[in-house]
Amino acid sequence: MRDPANRMDYVADDLYEVALQDSELRQHDTISHLTHTFNFDRRGFFKVLGGGLLVCIAARHAISQESGATVHHDHELPKTLDSWLHIGENGEVTAFTGKVEVGQNVRTSLAQQVAEELRVPLPSVRLIMGDTDLTPYDMGTFGSRTTPQMGMQLRKVSANARAVLIRMAAEHWSADAANLQAGDGRIRDSKADRSITYAELVHGQKLSKVIADDPQLTSATDWKIAGTSVTKTNGRDFVTGAHEYTSDIKRPGMLHGKIVRPTAFHAKLISCDTSQAEKIPGVSVVRDGDFIGVSAADVITADRAAQAIRAQWDAPPQISDRELFDQLRKPASDKDDDTEQYVLGSVAQSRTRAVKTLKQTYTVAYIAHTPLEPRAAVAEWKDGKLTVWTGTQRPFAVAEELAQAFRVPTESVRVIVPDTGSAYGGKHTGEAAVEAARLAKAAGKPVKLIWSREEEFTWAYFRPSGVIDVSSGAKADGTLVFWEYDNYNSGPAAMRTPYEVANQRITFHPSDAPLRQGSYRSLAAAANHFARESHMDELARELRIDALEFRLKNLKNDRLRAVFQAAAEKFGWGKQKGSNGTGFGIGGGFEKGGYIATCAEVSVKSGAVKVMRVVQAFDCGAVVNPQGLKNQIAGAIMQGLGGALFEAIRFENGRIVNPHLAEYRVPRFSDLPHIEVVLVDRKDQRSMGAGETPLTGIAPAVGNAIFDAAGVRLRSMPLAPGGLPSPAA
Amino acid sequence: MAFTLLVNGTEQHADVEPEKPLLYVLRDDLGLTGTKYGCGEGQCGACTVLVDGSPERSCRLPVSSAAGKKIITIEGLSRGDRLHPVQQAFLDVEAFQCAYCTPGMIVSAAALLERTPNPSQEQIINHMEGNICRCGTYGRIVDAVRRAASLGSPKNA
Repeated sequence: MRDPANRMDYVADDLYEVALQDSELRQHDTISHLTHTFNFDRRGFFKVLGGGLLVCIAARHAISQESGATVHHDHELPKTLDSWLHIGENGEVTAFTGKVEVGQNVRTSLAQQVAEELRVPLPSVRLIMGDTDLTPYDMGTFGSRTTPQMGMQLRKVSANARAVLIRMAAEHWSADAANLQAGDGRIRDSKADRSITYAELVHGQKLSKVIADDPQLTSATDWKIAGTSVTKTNGRDFVTGAHEYTSDIKRPGMLHGKIVRPTAFHAKLISCDTSQAEKIPGVSVVRDGDFIGVSAADVITADRAAQAIRAQWDAPPQISDRELFDQLRKPASDKDDDTEQYVLGSVAQSRTRAVKTLKQTYTVAYIAHTPLEPRAAVAEWKDGKLTVWTGTQRPFAVAEELAQAFRVPTESVRVIVPDTGSAYGGKHTGEAAVEAARLAKAAGKPVKLIWSREEEFTWAYFRPSGVIDVSSGAKADGTLVFWEYDNYNSGPAAMRTPYEVANQRITFHPSDAPLRQGSYRSLAAAANHFARESHMDELARELRIDALEFRLKNLKNDRLRAVFQAAAEKFGWGKQKGSNGTGFGIGGGFEKGGYIATCAEVSVKSGAVKVMRVVQAFDCGAVVNPQGLKNQIAGAIMQGLGGALFEAIRFENGRIVNPHLAEYRVPRFSDLPHIEVVLVDRKDQRSMGAGETPLTGIAPAVGNAIFDAAGVRLRSMPLAPGGLPSPAA
Repeated sequence: MAFTLLVNGTEQHADVEPEKPLLYVLRDDLGLTGTKYGCGEGQCGACTVLVDGSPERSCRLPVSSAAGKKIITIEGLSRGDRLHPVQQAFLDVEAFQCAYCTPGMIVSAAALLERTPNPSQEQIINHMEGNICRCGTYGRIVDAVRRAASLGSPKNA
């Protein structure tokens, strides 16, 4: 990210480098790479978990050094393990993953996959997640990678553990392993009519096995626990309020922190008088570079102390949202940039073969994740070690951030992520963690810091704004001839068209973004789907071809065709024509292994837009938890409605104009349409992630339906923040 | 200043500033962290508690205004192991994702059913409009409130 607003350099300049790397990751949704220099020996494991059997999978590059299963009795585990699982003497199974739970329900869906492959009842499986001391290294919970990557990883380690248990039973009975089967937490010998539980098998053992085998996995068609609609494993803790989010954690002697923020982005501290704050009893004040923060025994005192600090800031003049799109079109100042281009055939040479051509521009505003639990952290220094509880999607990256900020070895930092009050791509970084740790270091006591809603709206990062130009041409029969596509700043994800076009040029142009920007649920895919699917609708109307028929005519991909057809059938597409303020729209696409199609019905009355009904079909391969998936899909539709219709961050001269929920409108109960989800469960296909792609269909479907209802083409998201513009405008 | 609060049927004492919002007294002084901070401006409903039976935004309510009144938080809805019908319905329908909004949603819904045992869809939506679920679980929450209504009041459950 070139934008110096990212600089959290009041603690350490090194952080900027981290932010830079993070932005690369965010922009490209880099796939996690799972290896870890293991700093937790087997004795440590058994000390934490008690005796039993520990099964580990060696990282791929370590496999050449080991063949098959290696039994480790007394010496330490190899340095490069990428997953592990423990079966306790009481039969309890503990699986470890660096992924985190932020509401996407992976604590449950991953446990289902462990239970399935290990052949144990689901309640006997627990997951330890997002703890840098206990779980394998993980790059982060983003890019819809948990199901395809971590799910597969845990299935493999569980299937391997099952094989180990069968071998152990065979030895125990001196029986032929071929006659033994695993099921319901025990091994059965069908020949001899005997069985032994896993708990009995591992009793009194402290055995660790490192395996490099690629095991045979259970086919989705044979799933009994995976593939079913089990409810959230720890759901009761959430309805009783017992679950402890980061913001609920309490440590002995803990203080509450408050940061004194600059008056604008890029502001430099000119002067600072902390004397009045320091007079308040029990208040600890930190001034370190441009960082100013306080901590006190309670939040009221901390607030009062922060307000008592007189700080003078100097901020450079900065652009406002009115100049945003002109700014984004300017070439990025850093020439060593992230431009991406895809070319097929020749747009220039094919242009004359089209009978209909169309050129339009689409824009998307900056929007805020607005996780209901704002950024929060509890930091504690003890015996030279820093422990931070924080709601982040990237615990290992935050541990690195902390290590760099305080110039301590990464081994001296532990980051623990309690199941978190949502993130949506907005919690990749460790701002609150670093701030809380700085305050805790000064105070000599643990400090809790919870960002206010205004801080969250101002000092977090945003989904990139963008400008997208589309130029296209088609033959009279609807065959696409050329497709030219320029995306400025919103990102390259899902930029390529899934339609068959012989001549294409598709380019992503990075810009000097005026605001701090980063990942967001589905990131650029929402913008790119909006531009492409709106444009397809416009072109279909120019050609006087039905919007669905036009898409199918230019679409070969079977899975995408299938979801379009499934959504259209359920919706009753084409059976009604838009009239009298009612309209219908369709949109869809492919991203992160998921195929999506969305149909929407909207009502436009006196300029007010209401989405009445949404049908969405989705195919993400073999479904791991149908009800959990439907919950995700319906939620993504609701969240997507906000960005589609009314969410926009407004800014002026380095300040956010609408940093409160009273001014930044998010979807509420009254925005709820009738939602129907069609799951296309492809048991023959690998299970893919589903947290993001279901958000991408709603904006174009709604925009297209608004045109159908009112004859007004809207090309800027949010489409109708204050209702529809009047026809005269 | 010393205040006596009747929280979940128990008398509690807090020596705090009179303007301290009830939310922070509950969370930081009384250890009842089920009630959440979401915005501090009374816009999101995550901090909803019952004060003399009415749903109130505890982030905007000075503790001095709550003193002497009956306060019910999410922790006070269940009876031992037995969940309040609204809690049970949320669990049955899985009307949550990250669930940070859930305590406020449940307390708001419990207040609605106390006054309107069989609410229409429109009544549910109007009553719950001030509670935000950023995960967008609104459809299931409406279903859960309906289900809770069919389960009956806590006294009959």
